[in-house]
Amino acid sequence: MSSFGVTVVGHDRPGIVADITGALGAHGGNLEDSSMTLLRGHFAWTLIVDLDASLAEVDEAVDPLRAAELLVSVVELPVEAIEPDAPTHWLNVHGSDRPGIVSAVTREIAANGGNITDLSTRLVGSLYVVSADVTLPATTDNQELVRRLSAAATELGVEISLRPVDSVDVF
Amino acid sequence: MSDDPRELLHGDFEAGQVRSHVAAPNAVLSSPCDDVDPSSPEVIELAADLVATMQASAGCVGLAANQIGVASRVFSLDVSDHPKTRTSHGLFVLCNPVLEQASRNEKAREGCLSVPDFTGDVKRATRVTVRGWVPGSGREVVITTDAFEARAIQHEIDHLNGLLFLDRVAGAHAIHVRQTYL
Repeated sequence: MSSFGVTVVGHDRPGIVADITGALGAHGGNLEDSSMTLLRGHFAWTLIVDLDASLAEVDEAVDPLRAAELLVSVVELPVEAIEPDAPTHWLNVHGSDRPGIVSAVTREIAANGGNITDLSTRLVGSLYVVSADVTLPATTDNQELVRRLSAAATELGVEISLRPVDSVDVF
Repeated sequence: MSDDPRELLHGDFEAGQVRSHVAAPNAVLSSPCDDVDPSSPEVIELAADLVATMQASAGCVGLAANQIGVASRVFSLDVSDHPKTRTSHGLFVLCNPVLEQASRNEKAREGCLSVPDFTGDVKRATRVTVRGWVPGSGREVVITTDAFEARAIQHEIDHLNGLLFLDRVAGAHAIHVRQTYL
């Protein structure tokens, strides 16, 4: 059994998910983690599928979809399970759209050894909104990071907040 | 009837047994539970076991009978030490609970002993009135509460109706992989 990463981007229409999963399922593929959304109206899906096949066979299986205005790419992934970092903080940014917001903010996170584990950016009208899950090392000086993020926010003319993730209540 | 918290957990319960949890997917978590006779010895023993299991489970503030594999309409609850609690009725067990009023919805993230690897953002009422019967005495009680205790009660009643928080979340990004274990 091999693990493949598949990305599908293109013109949205009803049935893309059914078509992709049908093509992979016909070859015994088992859909694992995936995330799909519309980005400015374009279909965008990244998925991990386990399949007893070669890269060439998976590529051939999804090839009919390529004729339908979809860019489909397939890569083989290492089989070992990778435990993702637990997010420690939520990062939120909002303000007037301009180039460089995500780059400047995430550069400060990375400079502190922080890792982005989930990210969403949206532009509606002139308002740009960023939300991210961030894993900061225990050694991070949070006050210093917030100070640097605030300086970046002032430079960019946006608002930035960084707050610890909520505790989970168990019932 | 009474809503006096000191009278809610009546009877001289024997110390309960800590029971093993049932994790989803499992049919007992997806099916409505059966009404019980609150005065029956089996229900009194079940109530004690729920309390013992809940107290032995780190961070657990509520437990429904089907979470330990018993398809009976009984749950235990104790939010008294939780920082999000406003009103608390302490430790109590209710049989055959019925949600009579619910209002003022708020969204919050929930975890569940039966769904250990996920959390979800669930909108629930912050003010509720619930009617139920106390195990042992079989006395009818009406509890009106708010905030975190209201959320916990609704989560447990959902369990007894065969619903998990996974059935309640709204939107494609409301379920999260749980990575922090208590």
